[in-house]
Parts: sequence; structure tokens; C-alpha cells
Amino acid sequence: MCSKRTPFFDKLLPNVIERLADAGKEVVISSQALIMSANEQKVARDLATLEGVIIEANDITLAALLAGRQFAVGPFVNIYNENTLSVFEDMGASRICLPPELPRERLDEIASRARAELEVQVFGRLPLAISARCYAARAHSLSKDGCLYVCAEHSDGMAVDTLNGKPLLAVNGTQTLSFSMLNLLPEIPHMQKIGISRFRLSPHSVDMVSVAKTFRNAMTGLLGPDAATAQLLELCPGIEFSNGYFYGAPGHKYVEAD
Amino acid sequence: MKRPELICPAGTPAALESTIRAGADAVYLGFRDETNARNFPGLNFSRKELKEGISFAHNNGAKVLVAINTFPKSGEPELWYRAVDDAANLGADAVILADIGLLDYANRVHPNLRLHLSVQAAASNPIAIGYYTDRFGIKRVVLPRVLTVPEIAALSSAVDPVETEVFVFGGLCVMTEGRCALSSYVTGRSPNMNGVCSPASHVRYVETAHGIASRLGDFTINEFSKSEPAGYPTLCKGRFVARGNASYLFEEPTSLNTLSILPDLMNAGVSAFKIEGRQRGRAYVAAVVEAFRAGIDAVIAGHSIPDIDLAHITEGGRQTTGAYEKKWR
Repeated sequence: MCSKRTPFFDKLLPNVIERLADAGKEVVISSQALIMSANEQKVARDLATLEGVIIEANDITLAALLAGRQFAVGPFVNIYNENTLSVFEDMGASRICLPPELPRERLDEIASRARAELEVQVFGRLPLAISARCYAARAHSLSKDGCLYVCAEHSDGMAVDTLNGKPLLAVNGTQTLSFSMLNLLPEIPHMQKIGISRFRLSPHSVDMVSVAKTFRNAMTGLLGPDAATAQLLELCPGIEFSNGYFYGAPGHKYVEAD
Repeated sequence: MKRPELICPAGTPAALESTIRAGADAVYLGFRDETNARNFPGLNFSRKELKEGISFAHNNGAKVLVAINTFPKSGEPELWYRAVDDAANLGADAVILADIGLLDYANRVHPNLRLHLSVQAAASNPIAIGYYTDRFGIKRVVLPRVLTVPEIAALSSAVDPVETEVFVFGGLCVMTEGRCALSSYVTGRSPNMNGVCSPASHVRYVETAHGIASRLGDFTINEFSKSEPAGYPTLCKGRFVARGNASYLFEEPTSLNTLSILPDLMNAGVSAFKIEGRQRGRAYVAAVVEAFRAGIDAVIAGHSIPDIDLAHITEGGRQTTGAYEKKWR
């Protein structure tokens, strides 16, 4: 999200990649979503030259740099229809994570025409907006330049409530997320049926290994939707779930599956 | 120093005429449907009105730019195709597009149509702009409101001969344009998909023990005492609680006003200055257009910027230069 965070994990990345690869995992490196400064452009160019890993473009900048090679596209790129999808597929995008606000009918339409593998986020806070301004810094009366890295205090994002105490959003520095947690577990069979093959979990401070197992078991059919949902509720006590976007409702709503 | 074009909003045919009379070099407008980012009741143009508007503009030496800058619905691209076709056939001077699939269509079907990249595409660096130029032949990019003036200067020079256009006055997105789903999270309707943000259909003002609460969908966006005017609940200009403090966490209700930094923007090599506000009244737009017309002409003539106070028409009486100054971030 924020290039100021890079020095904290940059040096560790090769070890992390090696460890995951040794464990038989495929590693995808996701690019920054908002690329402005000369330094951010340089980081983008360097990222595009990496070999042996899949790069996920979260801005047209990376897609332009990676064109002609196979690459992934993240949910911050605006792919709302099959014509745009087709342009990205022609550039070499072989897996594409669609934007979170698309309803089921639009997913159906896009999936029916896709050549690339499609991915949809199914768990975690929804990425809603990005900004040049840092709202974590602003909430601490600081500016982005002198932020003192206060975003580190809020590992799940800084909660943002309405004046009458209703949870609304969560701030991850320059990114704004939903407060509610997306749960599309019951909708996985439908998405599998229309050809969506990849399901994204956005991490949260719950037992993510068990959450991942629950989703895996739902994908393979080992657990039915009801049993899987019951398990997920146990793993996420007190968490407010949402799925409104899928049903064409406001994103924060939870609509009972039909 | 380049003489920038002054690009002004035309929400209605009447506004188009008064805006051009007030000194606009060009107006931008949209059709009366979901194809543009100001899809508000009572606004925008029919095909017949566009034809007449283009005729009036051209007779008065002004250009007409048609914004078709939402993202077409999958399976239903025809509405957007027809908008591009009609704009081209009626003689629009350019179309302003954001969606890559639609840019591809316009470039293939109307190779002579001038394409401007909408702010909703949020192309924020030379690599991104280079892609749109090489692939679709765009001639101008409207820059997202995330860059500082020095960054705009470097960018304008890097992408030349592609022209850059920047916002100089009006409503201010604090989130990167085209990359914000806050409105649909609360109301189900978004700028990208429906051409609306915090739509009036979802706004309610509710009396509370202390005064009035403005609500959007199921959420309170702000509260006002009985003596305060209750502002419109635009989501990102609301008051929220974080870390135990109530504040305008994202941005105060405010308007962008760059009159004071006009020479800096002109020295940055920007080709066009855009005034936001197709939803505003004629008097508002005329006052802003006249102020910026006078400002640009003064700077070109080597005079100081005229002292024109626009505070009375700004949101909440507040003004900001937004992201143009680094401290804003």
C-alpha cells in the first residue's frame, strides 16, 4: 500500500519467498496500487524484472511494464467488463482478481467470456479506496511525510465509527477498508459453477490457517456450505460479516443466501 | 508559458451558454444516463441538446468535450458504445473516457476522434500515461488529484506532447478517483458503476436530541446543532470517530481553490485547467469561470493574480489547495 513501509520487509522478502517455494507454494508478489513518485516508478520497474515469481499488477503501470509476459492482475485494477478483460488477456494477464463491487450477474457475464483464470476475494475486509493522503497519520495529527509509522499500531486497520458509535470503516494508512468482513463462503459453489477458480482470503488477526482450511474444505466439497459457515463463525467470534456486493446490495449488508 | 485552456462544466444547455459567455475555452458535459460520472436527476444532455450545444459552442469559438467516463456494465456495452458513436457523429471535439475496453472501442471505430483520458482512470505517472498513449492514442490526460505541483511539472514534461489537464476549483475527491467504492459500500451505488457518489436518493436528515443528523443509507455521516446549517452527507467529508476522537478524518467539507497558486500550475506546463461542478447552478459556475478567466489572463499578461474572493461559494466556507501542496498528504 505505502512505499514508506517497504524498508521494513524488503530485505526479508527473498527468504520468505524461498521458504514458501520450498514448501511447494506458488508465490505471487503484489504491486503497489498507487504509483506516483520517481522512487515508486523505479520500484515498479525493478519489480517487473523479477524472475521466477508471478507479479500481480495492482495498477496499469505494472501491467504496461509486464505486457508480453504472463502476469496476474489484482483487485485495484478496474476490470468491470469483458472488453477490458480481453485487453488485459491480450497483454498477457493469465489470472485476474475482479473488483469487489461487482454483483453476481456481472461476475456471471465476465466469467462466461474469460480466457484468463478468474479470482474473487471471499474473506476479509474489503478494499474500498486508496488515497495519496495517510489517514492513520491524520488521526494522530501527523502528516504522511512525518508519519512516525503509526499505522503499525493498527494491525487489522484503525477502526472508524460513526458519531453514534456504529462501526463503518477501517483505515490501513492510505487505504480505506470496510469494517465488516466479507464472507462469500456460501457463494463458492455458484462461483465454481461459472468458472471462477481462485478464491482470495484477506488476512485478519484470527486463526487464518483454520480459516484457510475451512475455505479449502468448502471448495473441495468436503464441507457443505452450512457446516463450513458454522465453522467460520466459530473461528471469527464477534465479527460482523457482509456479502452485499455479491447480491447487488450495499456492500456492508449481509444477505441470506438463496 | 503555455496559455492553458479553461475547461468548464455544463450540466444543462442553459449552463453551457452562460459558461461560454463567461469565458470558457471549452465545456465538458455528459449524456442523460449512466455513461457519465455526474448521473444526477435533472442534469445532462439529450442528443438533440448536444447537437445544439456543439453548434452554439463552435459559433462562439469554444470546444465541447463529452465525458463518457463510467465503466461499462459487462454484457451491456451498447449504451456506452452509442454514447461514443453519437458524440463522434455530432461533432464533439473530444470524448473523455476511463474504461480500457471503451478506449479500445473508440480507438478502433473512430480513429479520428480525439480521446482524453478521464481523471477516473487515475493515471498517475508517465509509465501509465505512456500505455494509454501508445495503445489508444490519447491526446490528453486529466490528472488524478493526488499529485503535488512539482510532480505535475515533472509529469507534464515527461509525457509531452500528450497534454495534461488539472482540476483548479470545486468539489474535491480525497480518494484517488475511479478507485473508490465507499459510496457503493454504504448505498449500493458508486461513481464507477452508476456515475454517482453519496446519491441524494439515500440521504436523510434526522432530528436528534442535540440537533440534526445527516445520514447516508444506514449510517450517520455528521451531526449538527440546531443553529448550524446541516451540510450534505458526502461520505468522505463526514465526521467519524477514530482513536476515541470525533473528527473530519478524511477531509473537512471544503472546496478546491487554486487561484492563489495559478502561476505555479501554469509554470508546470499544464495544458488545461478544469473547473468541477456540472451539478452546480449557473450563477455559481459563472462566478468561478469569470474568476479563473481573469486569473489566467492576468498571469499571461504578466500581472499579479486578481484578488477574487470565492469563499462564499465554497463548501462549508472552506478552501484548500488539496494534494497540490505536499503537506496535504
